Amino acid sequence: MFVTPGYAQEHNAPALDEAHTVEDAGHGGGSFPPFDASTFPSQILWLAITFGLFYLFLKKAVLPRIGGILEVRHDRIQQDLDQAGRLKEEADAAVAAYEQELADARTKANAIGQEARDGAKASAEAARKKVEASLDKKLGDAEAHITSIKAAAMKEVGTIAEDTAGAIVQELVGGKLDKATVAAAVKAVR
Amino acid sequence: MANDPIHQFQISKWVPIEIGGLDFSFTNASAFMVATVAAAGAFLFLTTSSRGLVPGRLQSVSEMSYEFVASMLRDAAGSQGMKFFPFVFSLFMFVLVANLLGLFPYFFTVTSHIIVTFALALLVIGTVIVYGFMKNGIGFLKLFVPSGVPGILIPLVVLIEVISFLSRPISLSVRLFANMLAGHITLKVFAGFVTSLSAFGFVGVAGSILPLAMTVAITGLEFLVAFLQAYVFAVLTCMYLNDAIHPGH
Repeated sequence: MFVTPGYAQEHNAPALDEAHTVEDAGHGGGSFPPFDASTFPSQILWLAITFGLFYLFLKKAVLPRIGGILEVRHDRIQQDLDQAGRLKEEADAAVAAYEQELADARTKANAIGQEARDGAKASAEAARKKVEASLDKKLGDAEAHITSIKAAAMKEVGTIAEDTAGAIVQELVGGKLDKATVAAAVKAVR
Repeated sequence: MANDPIHQFQISKWVPIEIGGLDFSFTNASAFMVATVAAAGAFLFLTTSSRGLVPGRLQSVSEMSYEFVASMLRDAAGSQGMKFFPFVFSLFMFVLVANLLGLFPYFFTVTSHIIVTFALALLVIGTVIVYGFMKNGIGFLKLFVPSGVPGILIPLVVLIEVISFLSRPISLSVRLFANMLAGHITLKVFAGFVTSLSAFGFVGVAGSILPLAMTVAITGLEFLVAFLQAYVFAVLTCMYLNDAIHPGH
């Protein structure tokens, strides 16, 4: 690395350069090309130039671009996931609303049924009450009628009995009894 | 010469440039650095040009490399380390593409030269030191004094920590360099057996099947090594950067 034939070669190199290819170091024997210090300045310079340009090119042009692509994709995937999540929530909400409506409808139907049932029952009850009331009234009327007829009849019976008794007494006894006596007698018998 | 396994590391000047007595010629190594940068840059730039929301295959490759390095850095150095993402990503892509390009026959491997890997390693360690002192001031030196060490042992431990810190650029660069160098030499040696054995007639041709199979297998292994070494380089860079961001460990 320090003292190599290659270093000496540098001095006679210009002469050989005219032959446009320099392949002498290998032939000369001894010099191992990677340790040939005469090539170091050139290698370092060109490495610095090429690697420097490469670094700048990557930093300014390539990496922002690839980073941008990856970021856009990441954002897009995230966005799609968000949207999918939102749609799922909407679907869930729709299902919940549907269930709610179904439950409401069921409750309502029950309520209507109950109402109808209650109404029917109430009207039936009312009708029954009415009928019963009219029947009671009729029964009352009839009983009153009977009572009055009976009373009338009883009264008639009393009169008839008095008349009959008066007549019988008149026939048997002959004489005429006053009416009040007969009535008192009949009353006493009764 | 064709069978010389070292020949592939030879540097040849394409455009001689000399400034102040130093040789800054545009060489085959320089050309392959340019090719590495151009190939990696063009690939990353062109495959993402449509900015597809749903990526195509090539765009996926670019995105995967981005996320791979990003998660590596985030795991090792936390979200604070992300400011070094362009640096780590450039290093990873540069080393990876240089390694992979080097696997083509007749292509030059940029990372098979110690000076290149050492320069990259120094860049990493330099970044760690500069940023470490900028962010933590003198507190960065806590890096060398692990907490919970008994007082007597502190000098010894500090010595060990300093040596380990100083050996980092060396191990970082030598690991990559040696892997590339050894892999390519092995490949070349086995491939060389195929040609030299074939020269011995029928028996030689029959016998060359074994090194041929080895060459194929090692080529596969070298692709793995090319990726693995780029990964190791990037992971270690992330860990060293983590030391600069969080020095007390």
